[in-house]
Amino acid sequence: MKDIFRGELVRLTVESPETIAKAQARWFRDSELLRLAESDPAYMWSEKNRKEWVEKQDGQDAKNFRFCIRTLSDDKLIGEVSIHPQWVDADAWVGIGLGERDYWGRGYGTDAMRLILQYGFVELNLHRISLGLHSYNERALKSYEKAGFKVEGVMRQDTFREGRRTDGIYMGILRDEWLTMQGETA
Amino acid sequence: MLNIQTQLFEGQDVRLGPIDHEAHPDIESKWTHDAEFMRLMERKPVRPLSPAQVKKEYESIEKRMDEERNLFYFTIRAREDDRLIGKALVQWIDWTNGNGWIQLGIGAAEDRRRGLGSQVMRLLLHFAFAETNLHRVTAMVPEYNEAAIHLLRKFGFTEEVRRREGADRDGRRWDTLTFGLLRSEWVERVKSQE
Amino acid sequence: MNEILKGKLVHLAAVDPEEVSKSFAAWNRDSEYKRLLDTEPPRLHSTKAVKDWMEKELEKYSDTMYWFTIRSAADNQLLGDINLDVVGWNSRDAFVGLGIGPRDFWGKGYGTEAMQLALQFAFTELNLHRVTLTVFEYNPRAIRSYEKAGFRLEGRLRGAILREGRRWDVLYMGVLREEWREHHDHPN
Repeated sequence: MKDIFRGELVRLTVESPETIAKAQARWFRDSELLRLAESDPAYMWSEKNRKEWVEKQDGQDAKNFRFCIRTLSDDKLIGEVSIHPQWVDADAWVGIGLGERDYWGRGYGTDAMRLILQYGFVELNLHRISLGLHSYNERALKSYEKAGFKVEGVMRQDTFREGRRTDGIYMGILRDEWLTMQGETA
Repeated sequence: MLNIQTQLFEGQDVRLGPIDHEAHPDIESKWTHDAEFMRLMERKPVRPLSPAQVKKEYESIEKRMDEERNLFYFTIRAREDDRLIGKALVQWIDWTNGNGWIQLGIGAAEDRRRGLGSQVMRLLLHFAFAETNLHRVTAMVPEYNEAAIHLLRKFGFTEEVRRREGADRDGRRWDTLTFGLLRSEWVERVKSQE
Repeated sequence: MNEILKGKLVHLAAVDPEEVSKSFAAWNRDSEYKRLLDTEPPRLHSTKAVKDWMEKELEKYSDTMYWFTIRSAADNQLLGDINLDVVGWNSRDAFVGLGIGPRDFWGKGYGTEAMQLALQFAFTELNLHRVTLTVFEYNPRAIRSYEKAGFRLEGRLRGAILREGRRWDVLYMGVLREEWREHHDHPN
């Protein structure tokens, strides 16, 4: 059986709350990152706050599968990716964020997304995987389409920032679609 | 001048009301034993509750309302005798972006199909747009809930997202639909109805 | 949508420890009932102990445990309980356990129908892939009832029970979603 946590550019890891908290506190001082990833008002939480938050997440085992992303080349911690199953419907929400700007738009996020999709379909045996993104996050939209997601709709004007209203794009990938993709690239 | 006399909670045959911790648990407990109602009302698996369990849920709802301040939960009462006939809520309110999710359900089968859902929807939307000042209101329904879809369309909601095969129930898969209504659209409709 | 909590003979309902602990404590005094249900030597627990235990169980695995009382359809009389315990969501397997208390309701189809409702719940509401149960070799009535509900023998723990001076097997039975679908008159 192959290592399902190892991709071409990155690998998925699990880290201590201290490590994650330190990284998050640093990343969250970048308002562009926050506004791409979140709907809540951008805020710079303390390391202490992040550590408590991470520890609380870890206590919800079957609901959250959270991973860190490290580069294969130099083992640098560059971001996080997580998957949250809704077991009864065999559906799950994924979320990804690359905290290190230098790694934006270079395929690292797409590689991590491929790994989490594989995890969801092969290890969690899901039927479909979903995600949402801001309409102004063009880089993410391209990356997710490359990973196999299809746009399933748009929640109109769900975000209000800098005096402008923007939409929420929702995407999904079905198990059959993902399997077909595997067949093509095999 | 603000027409403060506009009633937020009174409809023609129904009204919105608070939770009655003494009288309501028994009634709601019965609803939770009605799988047909529960499968329309909730996405999570049907789980019959005892009145004691319903009472605990009511307590946690009021706690959430108090602490998180992003939920408005209403009981639906019959205007004639104030008895409990359903529930309506605006939840997951994202104040910064002006978005909230609505849900409503009439618990007893005999109270359904009498136009009461429309009356409640009118009150709920007015509350959401004119009191909590939301910019948009959202509702998520599985494809098999035709009555809810009909009601939403009637009030001008647009189908925005179709999550393919997002629900698995009763032996087959169904799409999960997200409907949205913008404040400007609601204002137009209300104006045109006056 | 199919009615999944109500059958012809029985309904599945909530577990209210305050309301039902007295009945369960009373049934526990019937050693035949206990020996059909448990491998452990029976203890005669007080109503209060039963109530406390039930409340603790209800607190525990709320996402993975679905526990129902069984009531007669005719007059809502409390007949027993049935529960589904999801073992692992990624594998979509659950253990089911069933008990009917009053002897007047043994061997008359009440247990079988309760099991059928539980399977319908497992396969069309929880969308599990399979359901497992254990039953004791000296409980032929239950074994027949489970076979009727679609379960197949999957294995035996040989001689795992020692009672009344001899050894008995614990049987593992299971039913898969596809088998249940074929077995059941169910529009897909």
